Amino acid sequence: MQMHFEYSVEGGNFSQAGLTSSQVKKTLKQLNVNGAVIKRTVVALYEAEVNIVAHAYGGTILVDIDEEKIVIELRDEGPGIEDIGKTMEIGYSTATPEVREMGFGAGMGLSNMNNNSDLLEITSEVGKGTCVKIINHFKDDNNGNK
Amino acid sequence: MGTSDKPHFHHAIKFREDICIGCSHCMNVCPTEAIRVAHGKALMHPNRCVDCGECYRVCPVGAIIVEQDDFEEIYKYKNRVALIPAVFTGQFPDSVAPGQILSAVYELGFTHVFEVEEGVDFLSGQFNNYLKQHRDVKPLISPFCPAIVRLIQVKFPTLANNIILLKAPIDITALRARKTLSESGLLPEETGIFYVTPCPAKIVAVKNPVGEEKSVIDGVINMNFLYNKVYKILRHKKDLKEVEGAVPLSQGAVCWSLTNGEASHMKQGRSLAIDEINNVIEFLEKVENEEVDGINFLELRACDESCAGGILCPGNRFLTADKLRKRVPGNLRGAVKKDTGTKNEMNAFLKDNMKLEQVIPRSIMKLDDNLAEAMIKMKRIYELNRMLPQVDCGICGSPSCKSLSEDIVKNEASLKQCIFVQRVMEQNEQLDSSDSVNIMREIWSDKKLDRNILKDGINDIN
Ligand SMILES: Nc1ncnc2c1ncn2[C@@H]1O[C@H](COP(=O)(O)OP(=O)(O)OP(=O)(O)O)[C@@H](O)[C@H]1O
Ligand code: SF4
Ligand SMILES: [Mg+2]
Repeated sequence: MQMHFEYSVEGGNFSQAGLTSSQVKKTLKQLNVNGAVIKRTVVALYEAEVNIVAHAYGGTILVDIDEEKIVIELRDEGPGIEDIGKTMEIGYSTATPEVREMGFGAGMGLSNMNNNSDLLEITSEVGKGTCVKIINHFKDDNNGNK
Repeated sequence: MGTSDKPHFHHAIKFREDICIGCSHCMNVCPTEAIRVAHGKALMHPNRCVDCGECYRVCPVGAIIVEQDDFEEIYKYKNRVALIPAVFTGQFPDSVAPGQILSAVYELGFTHVFEVEEGVDFLSGQFNNYLKQHRDVKPLISPFCPAIVRLIQVKFPTLANNIILLKAPIDITALRARKTLSESGLLPEETGIFYVTPCPAKIVAVKNPVGEEKSVIDGVINMNFLYNKVYKILRHKKDLKEVEGAVPLSQGAVCWSLTNGEASHMKQGRSLAIDEINNVIEFLEKVENEEVDGINFLELRACDESCAGGILCPGNRFLTADKLRKRVPGNLRGAVKKDTGTKNEMNAFLKDNMKLEQVIPRSIMKLDDNLAEAMIKMKRIYELNRMLPQVDCGICGSPSCKSLSEDIVKNEASLKQCIFVQRVMEQNEQLDSSDSVNIMREIWSDKKLDRNILKDGINDIN
């Protein structure tokens, strides 16, 4: 059994940030996925979604669910990331003053995503865009032991 | 409507089939989509209802009632204790002194009267300790409003662990009353404790508590019922003496059940108070997504203006809240001996008895326990929902197109119940108009589809 969902995200529109996370959360609740896994997934996805809103021009979120896991791919068009290693550091942020005004830009997002996903993969092309892939397994024992 | 799961909850809200006109107003406002219409009557899904009372507010004919114990029950006991919440005193005109209200309650046959909020000062200290000890859980959610506790169990199962596991003021005061009476030599089995409730949710909390075996309270009296009785006495005995020697109830205690009543007591980090169940749902969605950061304590109440807006309160909620905020500190009860020795002992006793067991989630969201099954059902729901017009008119007897899709997958409804689907099928000659009428009759009753009612009326207009 496979399910596929697609959502689009608008860059700069903070009032819409979190909409996809909400939808995905609802889906996982309906599927009776373990609460801790839902929490991890939603936290990771929310951070990634906000990153598109805050740092890119727009993007698409592809969600695939099967009986074992959820695979989320966030593809955006935007400036891309030059040094991915550096962005993983806690506190590193290039957020603009406007973004900081919205309460984002602490440089916590990526490490938060990392802590809340079984697998996190980031690929990026400077000047074009970024692709973030998150995988979480539904079984309890996959929780957090990365 | 058949339901596959066995009912988890006792409900104080009851639908009177003999009065219900099948208007569906209740169905449209239910925050947990617990109501459907079939055979011209509203039906409640017992697993989904959280006894918030939103349906009661909108019923145009009074078909929704709140169960209550027979008042005569109090006479089964020799010692009859009334627990009166402060909102009760806010229902009366300014000219009535709180002490007179108390006298009237005694006249009705009670032997002891306690104000529920007497337990508040002790409790607020315990809450602050609890917040200190559980800093890792954010936000901690107050267990005060039973409708909210149930809402979290059914709709926000992942937040069940955020609920503070301490009893409410009513339980603390009931414990205290029971102990005080038995220490003064009255036999516990001859003591009956009755709570005057502003809402069905509190009734359910007494009859079927979450997180404890059995409540310390023996019965409930609905506030509107007691109000009428007390009001009658006050009207006939204008010179009713006030009960004297009141021990002050602090202003904070008086206002505990109002919006911000709890939050304003919490000294650990940031607190927030939200009232009205739809506001609460909106906020809990955000909390569940972890979009809300840095809040330590959440006070959540199902009613607008919190308990001043309880459905059994006869007064206007804004006036009640205002009256309570202005109430001169002091409570209704006669003087009690101030003896710190017994006070410490009492507090130790309360501390030992104030913990709640874990709150167990009872999700109404899940489509199936088995993930693969749930996925199959979800796919089917999406497919069905795509065929529906998204008008959410409720003519099918379900509150929205989405919920009809879910009902179909649960085998509790059929696609033909949608009036748009019927029209499309008629065009395709898959259904004739008499079939459609019969389907509508099943949902809305023969009466609403009686051809004779309209015939004459329409002729008159023409
Ligand atoms: N989709 C993206 N496109 C371009 N740059 C990105 C993207 N996502 C992250 N970055 C870069 O990585 C940095 C770190 O991201 P991270 O999410 O950890 O912190 P932040 O978004 O700046 O702040 P916070 O997430 O704490 O609000 C960002 O400041 C930005 O420079
Ligand atoms: S806010 Fe008060 S009156 Fe309303 S449901 Fe909750 S406890 Fe009852
Ligand atoms: Mg970020």
